[in-house]
Amino acid sequence: MATGTEPHRSSGGVRIRTRAAITAPHLRTDRWWLAPAVTAAGLFAFVVYSTWRAFANADYYAAPYVSPFYSPCLARNCETMHAGPNADLFGSWWAISPAIIILIFPLGFRLTCYYYRKAYYRSFWASPPACAVAEPHAKYTGETRFPLILQNVHRYFFYAALLVAGVLTYDTVLSFRDEHYAWGHMGLGTLVFLANIVLIWAYTLSCHSCRHIVGGKLKHFSRHPLRYRAWQFVGRLNARHMQLAWASLVSVALADFYVYLLASGVFDDPRFF
Amino acid sequence: MSVVDRQEWDVVVVGAGGAGLRAAIEARERGARTAVICKSLFGKAHTVMAEGGIAAAMANVNEHDTWQVHFRDTMRGGKFLNQWRMAELHAQEAPDRVWELETWGALFDRTKDGKISQRNFGGHEYPRLAHVGDRTGLELIRTLQQKIVALQQEDHRETGDYESRLKVFQECTVTRILKTVPDSGSAAGSRVNGVFAYERETGRFFVLEAPAVVIATGGIGKSFKVTSNSWEYTGDGHALALLAGAPLLNMEFVQFHPTGMVWPPSVKGILVTESVRGDGGVLRNSDGKRFMFDYIPDVFKEKYAESEEEGDRWYDDPDNNRRPPELLPRDEVARAINSEVKAGRGSPHGGVFLDVSTRMPAEVIRRRLPSMYHQFKELADVDITAEPMEVGPTCHYVMGGIAVDSDSAAARGVPGLFAAGEVAGGMHGSNRLGGNSLSDLLVFGRRAGWHAAEYAAGAGGRQAVDDTQIDTAAAEALRPFSAEVEAADAGEPVGGPPENPYTLHQELQQAMNDLVGIIRREGEMEQALRKLAELRVRARRAGVEGHRQFNPGWHLALDLRNMLLVSECVARAALERTESRGGHTREDHPTMDRRWRNINLLCAAADPTGGLAATDPVRGQITLTRETTEPIRSDLLALFEKEELVKYLTEEELYE
Amino acid sequence: MSSYEARFKVWRGDVEGGGLKDFAVEVNDGEVVLDIIHRLQATQAPDLAVRWNCKAGKCGSCSAEINGRPRLMCMTRMSVFTRDETITVTPLRAFPVIRDLVTDVGFNYEKAREVPSFVPPEGVGPGEYRMMQEDVDRSQEFRKCIECFLCQDTCHVVRDHEENKAAFAGPRFLMRVAELDMHPLDAADETGLDRKRTAQDEHGLGYCNITKCCTEVCPEGIKITDNALIPLKERAVDRKYDPLVWLGSKIRRRA
Repeated sequence: MATGTEPHRSSGGVRIRTRAAITAPHLRTDRWWLAPAVTAAGLFAFVVYSTWRAFANADYYAAPYVSPFYSPCLARNCETMHAGPNADLFGSWWAISPAIIILIFPLGFRLTCYYYRKAYYRSFWASPPACAVAEPHAKYTGETRFPLILQNVHRYFFYAALLVAGVLTYDTVLSFRDEHYAWGHMGLGTLVFLANIVLIWAYTLSCHSCRHIVGGKLKHFSRHPLRYRAWQFVGRLNARHMQLAWASLVSVALADFYVYLLASGVFDDPRFF
Repeated sequence: MSVVDRQEWDVVVVGAGGAGLRAAIEARERGARTAVICKSLFGKAHTVMAEGGIAAAMANVNEHDTWQVHFRDTMRGGKFLNQWRMAELHAQEAPDRVWELETWGALFDRTKDGKISQRNFGGHEYPRLAHVGDRTGLELIRTLQQKIVALQQEDHRETGDYESRLKVFQECTVTRILKTVPDSGSAAGSRVNGVFAYERETGRFFVLEAPAVVIATGGIGKSFKVTSNSWEYTGDGHALALLAGAPLLNMEFVQFHPTGMVWPPSVKGILVTESVRGDGGVLRNSDGKRFMFDYIPDVFKEKYAESEEEGDRWYDDPDNNRRPPELLPRDEVARAINSEVKAGRGSPHGGVFLDVSTRMPAEVIRRRLPSMYHQFKELADVDITAEPMEVGPTCHYVMGGIAVDSDSAAARGVPGLFAAGEVAGGMHGSNRLGGNSLSDLLVFGRRAGWHAAEYAAGAGGRQAVDDTQIDTAAAEALRPFSAEVEAADAGEPVGGPPENPYTLHQELQQAMNDLVGIIRREGEMEQALRKLAELRVRARRAGVEGHRQFNPGWHLALDLRNMLLVSECVARAALERTESRGGHTREDHPTMDRRWRNINLLCAAADPTGGLAATDPVRGQITLTRETTEPIRSDLLALFEKEELVKYLTEEELYE
Repeated sequence: MSSYEARFKVWRGDVEGGGLKDFAVEVNDGEVVLDIIHRLQATQAPDLAVRWNCKAGKCGSCSAEINGRPRLMCMTRMSVFTRDETITVTPLRAFPVIRDLVTDVGFNYEKAREVPSFVPPEGVGPGEYRMMQEDVDRSQEFRKCIECFLCQDTCHVVRDHEENKAAFAGPRFLMRVAELDMHPLDAADETGLDRKRTAQDEHGLGYCNITKCCTEVCPEGIKITDNALIPLKERAVDRKYDPLVWLGSKIRRRA
């Protein structure tokens, strides 16, 4: 009968025998490759830049600004930053760049982020490259097994990202000093840091895990009006998660680059007051 | 001749819309092994198109609402021609049917205190329609579909087979009701014995043997050109019943919904929900005038606002103001729009303007009328939050249908045959109120399933299905593949080459739309009958190419038989009833006549053997009889004021 | 009113084989792709098989792939194409083909049966259900689904890997699990049915790599990934990967 309850056995994709006989892997006529190409280029550029900067172990502090890549700085080989985010947790055995210690956390947060997962699954792994475009892999198990099942730890990276965002907020407060650590001053760098920290927070709070924790896990919003409002707020941010992911990625790189330019003496921070 | 697959079931339900699924659930829950047959995929029935809501006097929004008030509204809407016992049962049972849906997982919109929210609708005195935005029909069908799945899961746990007690045969079409061979000398005649059907996918024939068959196939709108109905609405159930020997009731009453889309042409007729008006939308002509104030008929004068100010106040303070005339019953609004357009005050594409953009903030419109917003944006490129819609009447619903017993939904004259939903007649009288359709499906769907299961259990021994009937049915279904040859063999004059079924269908739609449409005239209806006779003869030559596997041309050729039969019923009954009432408007008899109030018109197949007098254009296929209806029970009559009753009932009826 | 002749390629055939057939066909103002398919039926190919029903984007029957993208034919206006564009219409490519534009969507009906139904709460009779609007909003969004199965068709998990069909319910039915899990009165928990856990263990939630094609093709604009699948993943994390929860359950078991 027409209820179609036969079991499915064969393996393969759109070109297997039971499906409509069409040889092309897809029939899209639009520029479907553009989005994954741009994403791949953007992510690749950031990886190159951040690798260089993370391993450079130099030019990350120009009073009162500390590069977000190196904050908090947790080893003895860190530069001394007056009242800055220094905490010698690792001691002297840590020989390479201290950025590596802390970058694990924002990196892990972004790597397991639901948006970035979509971005790199599509653009780097072509799984799928675009909707209704056949993927090149013979087998697919998704996030059902190691290592990708580890994506489920996103929530813990979110907690860590909250802490990191807290430190970066502290750094931004510190940026209201001048180069002699006197309070009540602002320079162009302060604005760069302000913009960055707003975007970092917006991105962090717009996280899907955050949305779940503040209220999404509830069955009855009506019994938790405050959490419901928090959930709605996060939900509105969450709708922009992709934009915030990119904006904060660019802003954090810019903030670092700004510090680099100052520290390497390319120019002096224009001070407002 | 034909070797066809046969299966035994207790109850077969034809149609898987709201009524069919509700019937199937009931029959299965009462222990009957139940099969459902539907033309589309499971869950795609036309019920999904219902937007406004389910009318039920739950009194969640206005505490004064009771079943008596709902009954009164229904009778008024139907101009007192309703089968009153159906209207009574419907009003009494609708709340339970809605509440039951919640226990199956339905999620209606809520009031502030967490009850089911209810909205205003044309002809309903209080806010009464349980709804989900403007996609209530979808919620209804999905809930029933999921309840069926739940029952199948239960059966799977017990028997290891999902389909052991309840099975859906999707994308299959029934072409004949099979009956037992009458015992010689028995006056009782034959009873239902099963159905003959084909799978659309493969074209294979099969027979489901069952003592009880519930017809729930919906309406007939596809016989009209401008219609809100989907392709399935070819009057299959009406025709199946006729051919099985059951009469159809009051087929002249066809509802033209006042607001269908008029542009672009390809979507002409698609429904614009009445909720637009219930929530504050107003109708204007090309002069910008709210013309409905000029069209309040005398029988409704006291109930509707006389000024725009009063009408507008009603939305916030319904207890102290009267409702705006945009919310008159559908027949009144449809006729008013028709008159405005004829008088040259229509919109550019031949409708009138329906405006919400100046009445509500854009945000509210998008929240309360999401599908309408979407529909106009996608299909007509119109932003209803910024500009008015253009709307005009569209064929929407047939009030007439299979004549049934009010309590049991049993079709008259054919033991074992039941009918529920749009295909059944009587409930709505001459005009249906919005929202009463979905409640009708639930109330009478359940009753049909219940009584069919009971009947099947008591039906005694089964009788094998008669092979000759199967062979005849198979031959009839295969005819379009060899139309020309057969006609020649039978010695009939071959009037020409094979006919294209699509062309025949288009001509039928045009004829019905133009000649038996919203405003009717004697001469035109006679012309329609001649056209139908001509089409009937040509339909004998409807031929198709290709093979039986999912062949839409073939399917249409078979559906033509049903559309022609039903169209003839509509035209004959409309010609006979010399008055205007509800969904039947005669230009030559423009007023309602109290002497017609208690007259039912019954259509029966002229050839009692179930064959078709298809080759004789003069005789027609339908005979028409009048019958006088049972007087309305006195306690129900007492629910109305005397002043109101005198408008509808004759002196004799009043003083009986 | 302006009309023109458009070039179409429509896939015709059945499971034995077939291919794209060329048609030239008239197009009028305001028409959608389904109108053109109907015109082909009425004038050039009377046996062209196509599934459709409401023609208003409400029933989800006329799903197909138009220029390679899964769409409803009744909701794809011809005006989105240029006049010299050749428009390709094929059946859904994730399901077995039956004939022409009609596919066997039985997979979806099987999966629907595998999701345990709504469990009504004990002791709450019909008419006594009280639910707040904010509590039903989420599930109501998912119930807008018209079951066109475009999300099931586009999802690469089954589209590109037939062998995953057994283990993966697809976006539509994972969304159904989410809908029930968020239903304010669903009493599955009380009967020992943990929808969060079964989403991963029985319905293949882990296969989803949230690449959002389901959301992209949904004609109802349901945010399937953000509002159903990801929340469901987070709920599964609550159950299975939260060390605090895990520790708590261990301790409770010991005690």
